[in-house]
Amino acid sequence: MRPVYLDNNATTKVDPRVVEAMLPYFTEQFGNPSSIHEFGARVGGAVKTARRQLQMLLGAEHDHEIVYTSGGTESDNMAILSALEAMPGRDEIITSKVEHPAVLAVCEHLEKIGRAKVHVIGVDSLGRLDLQAYRDALSPRTALVSFMWANNETGTIFPIEGLAEMAKEAGALFHTDAVQAVGKVPITLKGSAIDMLSLSGHKLHAPKGVGALYVKRGTRFKPLMRGGHQERGRRAGTENTPGIIALGKAAVLALDYMADEQTRVKAMRDRLEKGILQRIPNCFVNGDPNDRLPNTCNVAFEYVEGEAILLHLTRAGIAASSGSACTSGSLEPSHVLRAMNIPFTAAHGSIRFSFSRDSVDDDVDRVLETLPDIMDKLRALSPFWAGADQAAKDFKPVYA
Amino acid sequence: MWDYTDKVKDYFFNPKNAGVLAEANGVGEVGAISCGDALKLMLKIDTITTVITDARFQTFGCGSAIASSSALTELIVGKTIDEALKITNQDIADFLGGLPPEKMHCSVMGYEALQAAIANFRGETWSDDHEEGALICKCFGVDEGMVERAVRMNKLTTMDQVTAYTKAGGGCLTCFEPLEGVLARVNAEMVAEGMLSEHEAYRLGAADPVALKKKPSVSANATMIPLNPLPPTRPAAKTSPLDPAVGAAPAMTNLQRIRLIEQTIEDLRPSLKADGGDCELVDVDGNTVFVRLSGACVGCQMASVTVAGIQQRLSTRLGIPLRIVPVGKNGH
Repeated sequence: MRPVYLDNNATTKVDPRVVEAMLPYFTEQFGNPSSIHEFGARVGGAVKTARRQLQMLLGAEHDHEIVYTSGGTESDNMAILSALEAMPGRDEIITSKVEHPAVLAVCEHLEKIGRAKVHVIGVDSLGRLDLQAYRDALSPRTALVSFMWANNETGTIFPIEGLAEMAKEAGALFHTDAVQAVGKVPITLKGSAIDMLSLSGHKLHAPKGVGALYVKRGTRFKPLMRGGHQERGRRAGTENTPGIIALGKAAVLALDYMADEQTRVKAMRDRLEKGILQRIPNCFVNGDPNDRLPNTCNVAFEYVEGEAILLHLTRAGIAASSGSACTSGSLEPSHVLRAMNIPFTAAHGSIRFSFSRDSVDDDVDRVLETLPDIMDKLRALSPFWAGADQAAKDFKPVYA
Repeated sequence: MWDYTDKVKDYFFNPKNAGVLAEANGVGEVGAISCGDALKLMLKIDTITTVITDARFQTFGCGSAIASSSALTELIVGKTIDEALKITNQDIADFLGGLPPEKMHCSVMGYEALQAAIANFRGETWSDDHEEGALICKCFGVDEGMVERAVRMNKLTTMDQVTAYTKAGGGCLTCFEPLEGVLARVNAEMVAEGMLSEHEAYRLGAADPVALKKKPSVSANATMIPLNPLPPTRPAAKTSPLDPAVGAAPAMTNLQRIRLIEQTIEDLRPSLKADGGDCELVDVDGNTVFVRLSGACVGCQMASVTVAGIQQRLSTRLGIPLRIVPVGKNGH
């Protein structure tokens, strides 16, 4: 049976055209772009083309605003540490409860070592940022504001451009972790108040191990990696040329498929979501129904546990992921769902299906054919299900 | 995903004895939906022979929770309640061909449910029901009694293990100190009863709550030297009675320093010997200490951990950073 891959927020398949574009840079085009000779110069030219391609995807004003990195995590670390160092007299960071650990863990560490005071802004039950708390936290001491563009678990989109304007008014730098947003929603950085933006290659059909940090021209920046002039001294180390070429090609393709993402992919996601809600009682969608990534569907199933669902899905050849505690090795459900105050009865049973342009209609059918039986089976095992009638009556799904 | 045995997978995908037992005369319910797992065990017990003639379960939880519940029912049917009460959580895990360490709490849940169901049959109230002693872990509703039983039954000696077996301390960790207190107290009792040797026992302060929070996994039960603060020891030789005992390193003569190193290694040898290894001091050169590892320490994959342990302990004792270099048979 054809495997169904609906875990594209975890990682995507590298596009064959991307592989084709990058392969020569392992062999014939092996030169070091810093070299003066012909071997290097040719590669240097290709790296510059790739930079322009990524500039187009981001709607950035200049190609040199792109700094290549090893991925989203490095970009996030780089942005946060740079901002603290580059903003003398300011030592506070504002971020949100639902950020990726690549941001949250860095902030926690900086707070622990006494390097920064961190304000962690909460969200409501739909995952929308508490704007009043954000406004109150901004001050002349704020060095950096870092909010994710779109949430990896629920797909909820923050109003990033507006949040950035608010930071600018307070004189703070603004960074956004846009790892999940790039390639899925249109982005125009030119003219925005966004100073830095992180992206990762493997979330948009490029390989793992390459990413970028956008640094707006004129932004004060302190490098994380020193020891070379590469990337205009902002990220030392010989360039990952095959990865960079791949990211450039992936950016071109992402722009080509942007409309597909917003239409066909979104339609598949919506059909899956409606189908699940129709077929399975006591479940609801996590995230903001009005402002979500077109590819992400996160459904909370009451009275069942996520790992048990995933084991059954895996056996049926369907790959998805869970916000459940048991799959991650921690004992508490996802920090994102807890921040949204999703009741424990449902947070433990939350499953994320994430689509990409590789997904097909048959994927949706397969899940809709398989999932109701799995739920029946697991709920029949659950001691809570028999007594759930009252809960079902009290229950108000997001999609009525 | 977890590395489950085939038997765990089989009992998860095709659970035996799942469902409601209408004629049950012993019912045990443990866990809660907020904790992420819960089990309702229903037993049909012959009132004359006390043989468990039928057992069913309903479980909310992950794969290993469902498999453990099903395994439990298979283990107890046909046994008298006295025989069944001898079953431990380890028996449940063994029946399934083992469980990942982080999932051992699933087998503990089975054990607890069995105790509760039999107590219910006897007309008693299952003393545990998370009301025995103080509630320690509020995140997962774990009380002192449950921690104590898990520690005794499975000879737990680290905080990681306590979390893996009971879930206590797996959330916010505000219970770290009381939990640590229970582990240390129960271990001390076990040492007094001869169940545990003294060097294995957990000592207060040995675990770092911050490190635990970052890494919720369970360390392998390797032969490591416990990296805990030192118990009060004989005061080292001093140059003058006015010298403070700690931080006196710079004032020590070479001879005193070597004596202190010697004594520290001497104190460590019993725990190494308990694992079939040994260690002797060969030479001291400035801040480098040469030692010879022997017995089971030789070729042991954990040898570098052992060396790191000795190094940390010596450095703590002397108050200065030292480097330990293991040397071969013929010196260095």
